Amino acid sequence: MKFRDEYRDAAAARRIADAIARTATRPWTLMEVCGGQTHAIVRFGIDELLPDGLSLVHGPGCPVCVTPVEYVDKAVEIAGRPGVVLCSFGDMLRVPGTSGDLLAAKSRGADVRVVYSPADAVAIARVEPEREVVFFAVGFETTAPANAMAAVLARREGLENFSMLVSHVLVPPAMRTILEAPGNRIDGFLAAGHVCTVMGFEEYEPIAAAYRVPVVVTGFEPVDILEGVYLCVRQLEAGRAEVENQYARAVRREGNRAALATMREVFRVVPRRWRGIGDIADSGLGLAEGYAGFDAERRFGPVLLEAETAGECISGAVLRGERRPPDCPAFGTRCTPEHPLGVTMVSSEGACAAYYRYRGAAAVAGGRR
Amino acid sequence: MCLAIPGRILDMTGDEPILRVGRVDFGGIVKQINLAFVPEAQVGDYVLVHVGFAITVIDEAEAERVFRHLEEIGELAVEEGGPA
Repeated sequence: MKFRDEYRDAAAARRIADAIARTATRPWTLMEVCGGQTHAIVRFGIDELLPDGLSLVHGPGCPVCVTPVEYVDKAVEIAGRPGVVLCSFGDMLRVPGTSGDLLAAKSRGADVRVVYSPADAVAIARVEPEREVVFFAVGFETTAPANAMAAVLARREGLENFSMLVSHVLVPPAMRTILEAPGNRIDGFLAAGHVCTVMGFEEYEPIAAAYRVPVVVTGFEPVDILEGVYLCVRQLEAGRAEVENQYARAVRREGNRAALATMREVFRVVPRRWRGIGDIADSGLGLAEGYAGFDAERRFGPVLLEAETAGECISGAVLRGERRPPDCPAFGTRCTPEHPLGVTMVSSEGACAAYYRYRGAAAVAGGRR
Repeated sequence: MCLAIPGRILDMTGDEPILRVGRVDFGGIVKQINLAFVPEAQVGDYVLVHVGFAITVIDEAEAERVFRHLEEIGELAVEEGGPA
């Protein structure tokens, strides 16, 4: 596939890895904040191409993983009501709620449907006017314009049987939270390429300046990620802390204006709780007043957040980049994708699932990275 | 979750910007994609598609820049490494 395969070229990847090894003179710790990048790193063994002392830690880059359990519970509750169709991206179906997941609700007879696009949920509302169609709208900035467009289309068509359970999150506030945490060891960030396709990267410039960390907007293929690492290390070695754009084929500084306009029409910035991390001010999106009529929480009652309880699972520390999946005593033994203890093992983009899938026994045995 | 796949626009329909859709070819698999967020897109352009929506037109000149940069990195290596 054009614009993908050439970025998986092993010889090109090796050359950049060599350049990184020549450039790095000190140990550095870089964080990527996108589950897609985490998976590429683990799948292609990108971390294993890096010199000793240069580590990649995985941040809270998986919207499914950071969605509070109470939203899953609410989705399960709504799905169980008569006459409701609950539409969701496939990733959410196996995320455990307090009493089961959406897949279990479906097996009990709830009408839970996986949609590829939010526009599919609107289409269901259009052709099944006698049903209440609720779309579980999760995601980062990448997904926000598409989910916003669902509301725009529903309003335009006067679909009163459509609503959205919104748990959208924003990346930069989480980066600030990680940088401000006691014991923070992040020297630089690979910023999530597709988040920046939508948002641009101006909002990262104050972060780079205030915390003295390089931020490199980075793509998703091995050559992209290695080049992102190279640019980040080059900045660190030179004592620079700037925003650079590795992924210029898909990211402009100002982002996607049309997408941003729709997103800002439909959503407003709200505080959000991140599972495993806690409450972060201004870190999410909720429906703006003009679209409040599509808010599933207004139709079916609000999501009530409770204190998170700690268990054996270390997914919170994994999401904060403090621990690696193989550090967990339950990893690969008591916790597997079939029987997950935590959401980072469930989601196809969770860090634990990536290590389990691509490293398997090697990770369980406690590999170096 | 933020996965976006590159594909080539085969055709497009829809008069109003927010209703503009097109058939996009992803290496042989063709899907109907919403083009509302890429008003500048033309037939033949490559777009990145996320959850059924094109989120950007791929800048082909920039796409090649990565590999030019690679050449520079390689040349730098020769200079820095000096004679073996």
